[in-house]
Amino acid sequence: MTIALTPQTSSPPPGLQPEGWLRYLSFSLDHKVIGLQYMVAGFFFYLVGGALAGMIRAELVSPISDFISRETYNEVLTLHGTVMIFLWIVPVVNGAFGNYLIPFYVGARDMAFPRLNAVAFWLIPPAGFLLIASYFIAGAAQSGWTAYPPLSLTTPAAGQVVWILSVLLLGGSSIFGGINFIATILKMRRPGLKMMQLPMYCWAMLGTSILVVLSTPVLAGTLVLLSFDIIAHTGFFNPSLGGNAVVYQHLFWFYSHPAVYIMVLPAFGLVSEILPVHARKPLFGYTTMVYSILGIVFLGLIVWAHHMFTSATPPWMRLFFTIATAFIAVPTGIKFFNWLATLWGGKIALNSAMLFSCAFIVHFVFGGITGVALAQVPFDIHVHDTYFVVGHFHYVVYGGTVFVIFGSIYHWFPKFTGRMLNEDLGRFHFLITFIGFNLCFAPQHWLGLNGMPRRVAEYDPQFTLVNQISSVGALLMALSTLPFLINVLWSAFSGRVAGDNPWKALTPEWLTSSPPPVENWKGEAPLVQHPYGYGIPPGQIDLGAATGRELWSSGQ
Amino acid sequence: MTAFSPSSDPSPPSDVLAPPLPQGSEPLVHDAGQEAHPDHRMFGLATFLVADGMTFAGFFAAYLTFRAVNPLPADAIYELELILPTINTVLLVLSSFTFHRAAKELRHDQLGPCRLWLLITAGLGLAFLAGQMVEYFSLPFGLTDNLYASTFYALTGFHGLHVSLGALMILIVWWQARTPGRFTADHHFGVEAAELYWHFVDGIWLVLYGILYLL
Repeated sequence: MTIALTPQTSSPPPGLQPEGWLRYLSFSLDHKVIGLQYMVAGFFFYLVGGALAGMIRAELVSPISDFISRETYNEVLTLHGTVMIFLWIVPVVNGAFGNYLIPFYVGARDMAFPRLNAVAFWLIPPAGFLLIASYFIAGAAQSGWTAYPPLSLTTPAAGQVVWILSVLLLGGSSIFGGINFIATILKMRRPGLKMMQLPMYCWAMLGTSILVVLSTPVLAGTLVLLSFDIIAHTGFFNPSLGGNAVVYQHLFWFYSHPAVYIMVLPAFGLVSEILPVHARKPLFGYTTMVYSILGIVFLGLIVWAHHMFTSATPPWMRLFFTIATAFIAVPTGIKFFNWLATLWGGKIALNSAMLFSCAFIVHFVFGGITGVALAQVPFDIHVHDTYFVVGHFHYVVYGGTVFVIFGSIYHWFPKFTGRMLNEDLGRFHFLITFIGFNLCFAPQHWLGLNGMPRRVAEYDPQFTLVNQISSVGALLMALSTLPFLINVLWSAFSGRVAGDNPWKALTPEWLTSSPPPVENWKGEAPLVQHPYGYGIPPGQIDLGAATGRELWSSGQ
Repeated sequence: MTAFSPSSDPSPPSDVLAPPLPQGSEPLVHDAGQEAHPDHRMFGLATFLVADGMTFAGFFAAYLTFRAVNPLPADAIYELELILPTINTVLLVLSSFTFHRAAKELRHDQLGPCRLWLLITAGLGLAFLAGQMVEYFSLPFGLTDNLYASTFYALTGFHGLHVSLGALMILIVWWQARTPGRFTADHHFGVEAAELYWHFVDGIWLVLYGILYLL
């Protein structure tokens, strides 16, 4: 008698990867662990950046600099911008959701380069603590997140050099992540899965990663030159030594304008995942969505100088960059109308994920419209470096991306933990965030139009009341974090058990257990050719045996 | 409440189906979760080199803009000597061919000649670096003298750093290749990667030579 040997089921060699919660503090190679590491670390830095924003708004309650000194104000606003952009939004919207979701979406067991992936994450905590520590040890940088010379050359050098070092580490992390995403999306797809069948977030991350790989190195090189100017007293960007400060601005914005798309394209992708699930309809205009992402990537690389209309830009440059910037409204508008059409006639569940996503659409359109306005030279010269720009930017990046991050956490929390978040607390969180955000940033457009400059601790007393309204909004935003934190901490341990697929979603990450096993699927990876095949009337099709393709074609 | 929280409703929404697990229609040959992790390192390296090339592109753009808009004071004009950098260019281009030859020998499983050609390539790289050192010491300007002096040292220095790393890589694969079986005719990622990197560094030099010395 022969006994068939059962094949060895997958269990990683003991001792290599820690189990349990300890793996979140380890050099884990599992993309899901790394994704959550990004998320928690990013959220920690969000709280830090939020506290800094609170200091800014507290200072601006009164027109004189009484809460903190002018130098401290400069340090705080520099840290706020740097922490929020490089340590919260970019790592979370790319690193956290990208690492967690992309291998599922392409039908892979892990990212293309798991070890590089772990390295990319573990560059972030040291860089973040380095940056924050500079405030307590030598005084933080004071020249804003843009670090324009000659300001960055004349403010205290120690903090500026630490700032450069920290941003270089974070840029390296970002580039490693981008290489990993490109390789994973292009090379790791499950056999039979075509590019045009991928969930939209894959396309968004592909476009984002192309921007990361093409533009981040330019910033890195520029900051190395800037550090030479500070340490070795070369004159690359120092006009008093024969250098050219405008060249710095060009090189800086060659990264930092695409950086806006690095922050917002993944949010576009996440929203495109959330809306179809909670409206029970296919994503409208998949193909146009893909091409508009590619269009935004291309145009995003050739519009940087619209940040520099007051830097003695020659007329031909103003003309070119104004027109190119206005063109970005076309692919962005296509995406906007596609989202509306996705919702149109859908069976909309107004849960927290959907509410945050809808608020994103509203805020992003508002921020987009002020963006097109800012691209027009006469208007831009009027409001340049005023609070109008601050309002515009926060509508895109907070009202846009951060709202999507929250919506995505409500959407994917059941997958991360196997438990549901509390919906009542979630909608309460949404309500306060929405009111607080609009109360904080909408008045800033008025302030800017009336001439209040940004990045200054003091202002004309006529702006006092509106600044106080804005600060009340900031307070509400700070308070809104509490229900969210309580919700997450409580639900992670005692929330309602979610089951594998609480939203009845069709994208591949839901076709496995919650939380998923180490190898993502027991058995082979599912081939999801139609990730948005919702909306078939019952009875028309055998629900038990139908594939996504049948659902899709009969739904048209 | 039902509209908001999906699982408070015991029956699933009517337009929805729980998809069968797994949904795949094409059978896969491999076992669940046990397939080897695919090797995309060359693709990753190529993507990294695109990023690295963008760093150089930024430096080149800065240099060309300086040339266009920042005139140098008349007493600071200095013509760079062409002889040494041209010899250096020849050495570096030659080293690309010798590396190509080394990889070719490896693909024919000729490990001995492969190692010899690798060593020649590394030697040419080091000769390039030595030539650059000689040039640095013979130049009449220093790092902080003026904008062009700074840019010259930044560009050639950053490239020299790449050459140094490349030469180090070549010496490492040369050392590794002494172990039989370390590199085979089909599997020699280390050599392949070092070769791609070396050609990249060579190509960057040609651009640099063009805009820094000839333009």
